[in-house]
Amino acid sequence: MKSHVIPTPVSTKFFTPGVIFLLLLAVNGIAFVLARFLFGIGAVTNLNDQYPWGLWIGVDVAAGVALAAGGFTTAALGHVMHQEQYHVVVRPALLTAMLGYTFVALAVMIDIGRWYYIWHPLIMWNGNSALFEVGICVMVYMTVLYIEFLPIVTERFMGRVNLKGFLSRLSKPIDKILHALDRGLSKTMFLFIIAGVVLSTLHQSSLGTLMIIAGPKMHPLWQTPILPLLFLLSAIAIGFPMVIFESLLATRSLGLKPEVDVLSKLARMVPPLLGVYLAFKIGDMVIRESFVYLAEINTASVMFMVEILLGIIIPLRMFLSISVLRSPLWLFVASSLVIVGVLLNRINVFIVAYTPPVSYGAYIPSFGEISVTVGFASLLVLMYRFLVMNLPVISIAGQQAAPLMKYAIRGSRS
Amino acid sequence: MDRRIFIKALGAAGVTCETALAAPKNLPSADRMGVLVDTTVCIGCRKCEWACKLEHGLPTPPIESFEDRSVFQNKRRPDNHSLTVVNQYARQDGNAHPTTVKVQCMHCDYPACVSACIVGAFVKTDLGPVLWDTDKCIGCRYCMVACPFQIPSFEFSNALNPAVVKCDFCVHRLTRGQPPACVEVCPVEALTFGRRSELITAGREKIRRDPDRYDTLIYGEVEGGGTSFLYLAGRDFGDLDLPKLEANPMPGTSESIQHGIFAYFVPPVMLYALLGALMWITKRKHEPS
Repeated sequence: MKSHVIPTPVSTKFFTPGVIFLLLLAVNGIAFVLARFLFGIGAVTNLNDQYPWGLWIGVDVAAGVALAAGGFTTAALGHVMHQEQYHVVVRPALLTAMLGYTFVALAVMIDIGRWYYIWHPLIMWNGNSALFEVGICVMVYMTVLYIEFLPIVTERFMGRVNLKGFLSRLSKPIDKILHALDRGLSKTMFLFIIAGVVLSTLHQSSLGTLMIIAGPKMHPLWQTPILPLLFLLSAIAIGFPMVIFESLLATRSLGLKPEVDVLSKLARMVPPLLGVYLAFKIGDMVIRESFVYLAEINTASVMFMVEILLGIIIPLRMFLSISVLRSPLWLFVASSLVIVGVLLNRINVFIVAYTPPVSYGAYIPSFGEISVTVGFASLLVLMYRFLVMNLPVISIAGQQAAPLMKYAIRGSRS
Repeated sequence: MDRRIFIKALGAAGVTCETALAAPKNLPSADRMGVLVDTTVCIGCRKCEWACKLEHGLPTPPIESFEDRSVFQNKRRPDNHSLTVVNQYARQDGNAHPTTVKVQCMHCDYPACVSACIVGAFVKTDLGPVLWDTDKCIGCRYCMVACPFQIPSFEFSNALNPAVVKCDFCVHRLTRGQPPACVEVCPVEALTFGRRSELITAGREKIRRDPDRYDTLIYGEVEGGGTSFLYLAGRDFGDLDLPKLEANPMPGTSESIQHGIFAYFVPPVMLYALLGALMWITKRKHEPS
């Protein structure tokens, strides 16, 4: 246990050709966000009275929340079940979740017509509404994620607050505040960690409840009363693949050695989780006899088959193979497939399955909508890069850092 | 949480499933009003469209322009500028007279929009109308996703203060004891305004007296839990873009799931306790001896 590596800020160059490309995508997205605020949702999107929700709700919000599930699954594994060997992935997953939820909130802000009323659900309650539950849970969980992230900030700056010029007098008090914060947090953190897991299970499932009220407007391949359960199971199943995907991508991009040992251990847990999800999905289809809709070839049936085959069955088989578990490349491919599967599922449930009784043509996202989605994703990656270069998030394999601070921070040492 | 609710919560933990599956408790008032739309009488003059625009201060073209029947070439939906529209459906059975159907908010007894709205901006009033509150609405458009009749319209081109727009049953007239503007203007009395329960009796009587003229059912009597606007037709309602809905209230499934998961916060609190216990046990196991 003592051989644990300690997370440190990664030192590398921030700007690379890839980073500049992402910056351009981000700027393009922000331009369309500005257009949305100046000229309205109708000017930027292809949404209309027939298709009130589109790409921003289906991908940025619904899929975004699912892709951030690595945060609560690793917290449950590392902190609740005290599986210390996984601590190296807890912090990166926490950062991803924190950034993910931040961008979910931003996406909600641009999608709702009256963004300045976003605080209304806090005081205007409707307990019957699944959306109210999702909204409140996401707001609270985001706060919890920020609190969980605070020790990483205190760890970085404790004992090193050295402000220049006339601010130098503030250095000592700020340092004291950081110490007090750190002590307080390390004593109470378990409360927030459990709350984070509970809140996640609640809103991950309630996101599925959202579309149930659309009733017959939803294609029967996806409209089922167990939609919340399927959403929860898929969120749990995507957690570890997301951590593997993100860890391999980050180590590659930052020029570090991948944590293949830990990642393949995580990968071993994927098949049962993915299997349970598949079993419920197939079982639901058999019980409701919705498989009859697979006999006709149309967008819905093809999308459903792709979602199940490419997104669940193929990666499930891959994660069962020893050679896949040993190879970073194949681990990356298998994890990507799970991510694609859940992403497709959210797109299917929120966009493909939704057919209004009277329609004047299908909904296809506009260039502006896609730009905003891509721009936000790019911005998220850039912020991740910036934060891991400035805060102790990633544990660099084979590099034993000297202890930096007096107080142990959850996640850094056992 | 006051003590009474807390005690109820303790009791409810055991009977979560039964309470969750029970019918919604917000029963509509017995005296709620409704409108019976007889599509076999409607001549498609679109005077109701004109009167509605005028009544709600929407841009209103001259009344003669509503005689233009070319609009029937497309199926229209109510939108920001027209809270009601009339559509025309050709007959397949050789009858030369097409059917014209007025479309507007159905003012459901158990409205999906009321259940769905994140901030409770929609209310079902005792009088019958389902109303939207501009001071609460955040513009999330979940009401539009939820509505089985595809009614709420959103001002997508309004950047600053977009509204959700739909028929309000002329609530300002109803409170004065007057019928809605569309009913008042209808020259052929295709629309009948009255207490919903009495309209159902009247509709059944019409069907009984002239069974050749009418389908055996009144659309809206049970569909989606019942609606304030009720339809009589001489043909299958499915051909008239009136969606096939079960008799369960539209929000029924979603609300029972929602209340089942929460059930006075018992399940989340139990999960919290369970995880706490797990954390404590595994910690002891991993602590160096």
